[in-house]
Amino acid sequence: MENTILTVDDLHLSLQGKKILRGIKMDIWAGHVHAIIGPNGAGKSTLVSAIMGLPGYKPEQGKVYFLGEDITNLQVYERAQRGLTLAWQEPARFEGLSVEKFILTGAKNKCHKRAEEVLEMVGLDPQKYLSRAVDKTLSGGERKRIELASIIAMEPKLILLDEPDSGIDIDALQKIFSLLQSLKKEGITVFAITHSLAVLNQVDHAFLMCCGKVLDKGDVKRIASYFQNKCIPCNHDRLVSVSNEMTS
Amino acid sequence: MSKSDTALELLKSLGLNIDHIFTDDVAKIQVHQNKVVGLHLVPGLKVDADEMEDGIEAEILIEKGARIEKPVHICFGVLPEEGLQKVKLHIHAKENSKAMILAHCTFPNARQVKHVMDADITIEANAHYAYFERHVHGPQGGVDVIPNAKIHVQEGAEFSTEFELIKGSAGNIAFEYEVNAETRSKTEMTARISGTNDDHIRLQETVHLLGEYSTGVIVSHIALKHQAIADVENTMVAHAPFSRGHVDCKEIVVGNAQAKAVPIVLVKNPYAHITHEAAIGSVDAKQLVTLMAHGLNEEEATDLIIEGLLSKKQNWQSMIKESYI
Repeated sequence: MENTILTVDDLHLSLQGKKILRGIKMDIWAGHVHAIIGPNGAGKSTLVSAIMGLPGYKPEQGKVYFLGEDITNLQVYERAQRGLTLAWQEPARFEGLSVEKFILTGAKNKCHKRAEEVLEMVGLDPQKYLSRAVDKTLSGGERKRIELASIIAMEPKLILLDEPDSGIDIDALQKIFSLLQSLKKEGITVFAITHSLAVLNQVDHAFLMCCGKVLDKGDVKRIASYFQNKCIPCNHDRLVSVSNEMTS
Repeated sequence: MSKSDTALELLKSLGLNIDHIFTDDVAKIQVHQNKVVGLHLVPGLKVDADEMEDGIEAEILIEKGARIEKPVHICFGVLPEEGLQKVKLHIHAKENSKAMILAHCTFPNARQVKHVMDADITIEANAHYAYFERHVHGPQGGVDVIPNAKIHVQEGAEFSTEFELIKGSAGNIAFEYEVNAETRSKTEMTARISGTNDDHIRLQETVHLLGEYSTGVIVSHIALKHQAIADVENTMVAHAPFSRGHVDCKEIVVGNAQAKAVPIVLVKNPYAHITHEAAIGSVDAKQLVTLMAHGLNEEEATDLIIEGLLSKKQNWQSMIKESYI
């Protein structure tokens, strides 16, 4: 029996009148690396936003439980303080804020050495980066790795990773993949959003999502095979009609 | 209180460590109300100060070819709760000279203090003149700060100025700077101001790019809270071919504060080029939520974003440390 760290129970959410999540149910097991894969528009980012409690992503129905506590109505920072956090696909830039200060903002251990350590973990040279600003002078890949470093410094219990491979070059990607395994070894649970089979191959457990629903979950190879054969090209329209038939 | 005691009080109000008195190679000019309470010069720098009834008038000369290694420290202050301080400055950086000025204006107990500065600054050919001005105000506001400067940047010269007021209550600030920039000169003017309560901030900065290949940048970053008001009008006029300019106004508004920014760009020559950016509004939602996902509440996240916006644009802090500590 696996320990569940996060439970999503019958989550429904609409954005601008359009139904995006249609009764999502899932359990995330502690200490594993999970991924949710699906085509563009499946609702993956919306799901993660709702789990994190971002403004504008309040579910109409359903609950989110973190370590057994109902967090559906908690604010973002309250969820973060409990050990749940999010690394963005395209992180925000901050004029005038140094990389070191940004990393240590939410860090459990707020010392210079820790900032150096986490930067090294994501493959960035602390000497070159700590005093730089988290602004537009960083490339997309650099900014993303700094975001990851800051998340690691928080020592969270569960990390939501939005498209961890986007904007990352091949060399750095290997570093990110080994990082996923390091996080797992440290007992940190990871839940990644992806539409990349390369990322999927790095995880323990997968979910397949389409049209706002979880279509399948479990074995990574099975999910990967289904995604490769049935979702590329996307069968979205057919699935919508099936989904509508099922709900009518 | 003796002059030296008054000078020490001024330094204390700035938060400077008075155990580390400036070394002999650092020039200093300290003025309390209408009295010069501290004066130390270094080779290449001449100062002639006259005490007036309600302030001082000073001529500051940086001699031709002089390279003043350590920043010159100027301190203007009014320690009592009430007072008027008029400062008339005539600054002349002669050809090929180089100097940096670190100016502190301190009004730590102000309830009804008025500080008026009128400056004319000439930076001769190929001279470099940098002026960093930090204001230290008390929490009550009660200060009217009215600086007015006309600056002439001659051929190949460089002028940069940075005005900082990020602690204490700004009070009423109304400043007006106008620069005439000649051929191949460089001008940079930055203002970083935090307004709270009923503070009223008015900035009017103008750069005329008169000479070919002259460049100018005007940056104003302002954060406002409570009922504070800011009114910014930055103007860059390109008169000459191949002149380049940029105007950057960013203002963050929180609570009932109000901000108005008018970046004016005027190009009078088809070979000149000016850009501008202006952003006024509440704190960026994505920045806010990113920091909240790091565990900061909304207020803490807002303060950190504002701190970043108002952070130094030049490495003045390290210069201060290197020179004075």
